[in-house]
Amino acid sequence: MDSKDNQSPTRTRKYVLTRRLDRMLMELSRVYFFVVRFFKEVFFPPYEFREIIKQCYEVGVRSLPLIALTGFIIGIVFTNQSRPSLSEFGATSWLPALVSIAIVRALAPLVTAIIAAGRVGSSIGAELGSMRVTEQIDAMEVSATNPFKFLVVSRVLATTFMIPTLTMFTMLVALAGAYLNVHQNEQTSFATFVQQVFNAMTFLDIFSAIIKAFIFGFTVGMVGCYKGYFSSKGTEGVGKAANSSVVTAMFLIFIEELLALQIINAIRAL
Amino acid sequence: MKKKIPKIDKTQKVIAIKGLKKAFDEFEVLRGVDLDLYKGENLVVLGRSGTGKSVLIKIISGLLRPDEGQVNVLGQEVNRLSQKELDSLRLKIGFSFQNSALYDSMTVRENLEFPLIRNSRELSRKEINRIINIVLEAVGLSQTIDQMPSELSGGQRKRIGIARTLILKPDIMLYDEPTAGLDPLTCIEINSLINQVQRRFNTSSIIITHDLTCARAVGDRLVMLLDGQFQRQGTFEEVFDSEDERVKSFYNYNFID
Repeated sequence: MDSKDNQSPTRTRKYVLTRRLDRMLMELSRVYFFVVRFFKEVFFPPYEFREIIKQCYEVGVRSLPLIALTGFIIGIVFTNQSRPSLSEFGATSWLPALVSIAIVRALAPLVTAIIAAGRVGSSIGAELGSMRVTEQIDAMEVSATNPFKFLVVSRVLATTFMIPTLTMFTMLVALAGAYLNVHQNEQTSFATFVQQVFNAMTFLDIFSAIIKAFIFGFTVGMVGCYKGYFSSKGTEGVGKAANSSVVTAMFLIFIEELLALQIINAIRAL
Repeated sequence: MKKKIPKIDKTQKVIAIKGLKKAFDEFEVLRGVDLDLYKGENLVVLGRSGTGKSVLIKIISGLLRPDEGQVNVLGQEVNRLSQKELDSLRLKIGFSFQNSALYDSMTVRENLEFPLIRNSRELSRKEINRIINIVLEAVGLSQTIDQMPSELSGGQRKRIGIARTLILKPDIMLYDEPTAGLDPLTCIEINSLINQVQRRFNTSSIIITHDLTCARAVGDRLVMLLDGQFQRQGTFEEVFDSEDERVKSFYNYNFID
């Protein structure tokens, strides 16, 4: 009798569960060592300055048109959608304050990070994935070059520093969109709009948004690099790496947003 | 074309492998492999796909770790080296990948200078250009210097891949399926390039292939990997003068002459 026939369904289920748990723990330990390796490599020479600048250009400059358009539209749409609720209470004069708080505290960092996850994270995942399956990463390794430093450190640094920069740009563009809408409907002057915006905002709002953007940037870069660096199974693996870079990064960004919100609220309550 | 007799120093082993074992999950690929490579020698490793030929050279270059056994390269035990020591050993090993593994986003020039500027930081721009021109001329592709890998043919990509490994002046060359996927004429060109590299750069080489035309053209000695071990070894004629059905079918499949 075949040994498989002897296996009870409970034993098989246990076996499958153990294997899954085993794989999950292995994956977690690999993630841990990947992140630790980044922090080990980032501070020690040689530094790949040229590659870092190139990646900053790819992540930052190349994302500008998309970020600008999205930010501007978000500013207009959010202002437009908020108006009816405020006008019910006759509080449309609060629009600049409401919109600016929403944009600076949540919308700008979140939208920028999500766009970056889709545009940059997927491209990093696909690029490193295809380099892995075509043995380009192995080729770097056998020529005594550190592929981790050249590929991973440079890309993670680029996303970590460029996404906060893009976030600040998104804030400005979204506020410009909001101003246009407010000006068109309420005839508010630019000076009044700016004054209301700055009256509503605190240092903590801007500071926490930028810190969040750094964390989101690090997440987008790290997830894209991790998925690409360990991709396998040929071209299918490259597609999976690109896809799961976006999905995982977005999921983590929302979790981080939730945690950041709790921490910032706790600080505000102090 | 008959190969010119190379200078092989049978007293000096550049690679010495003993009892090498490697398994992936439950599948044992290498089951106690013993192998010596002498200075100046071109050693061809034959075997069917999936028999662990590429695994063998990946272990030699430190890309994979063996489960058991000793791998001694240029007097150093590969498994016991620190990352720094392994990197300095790798400078003496050139690895030509099956699909060339050229960096897609870089031009030929950038591909060639990539290992050079990272491992010889004291070199001036002028010196780097001079070395690039030497290796490009050695592989006969000086005109491709500013082209992207995607603009090159399969044979040209292989040659540039070989040039990139030569730029660090290695003592040992590892070729993984150098003629795979190429037309017969390009295969002849690659075979002749492998022999040229052996003579001009005085390298010792391991050539992984299942192409018998290539094996006969470049090999000073051949070994055949069967069931995870080297079963046959010697000159081309010695290896294939066998009643073993597996050897016969391998020969007949590759029918030459």
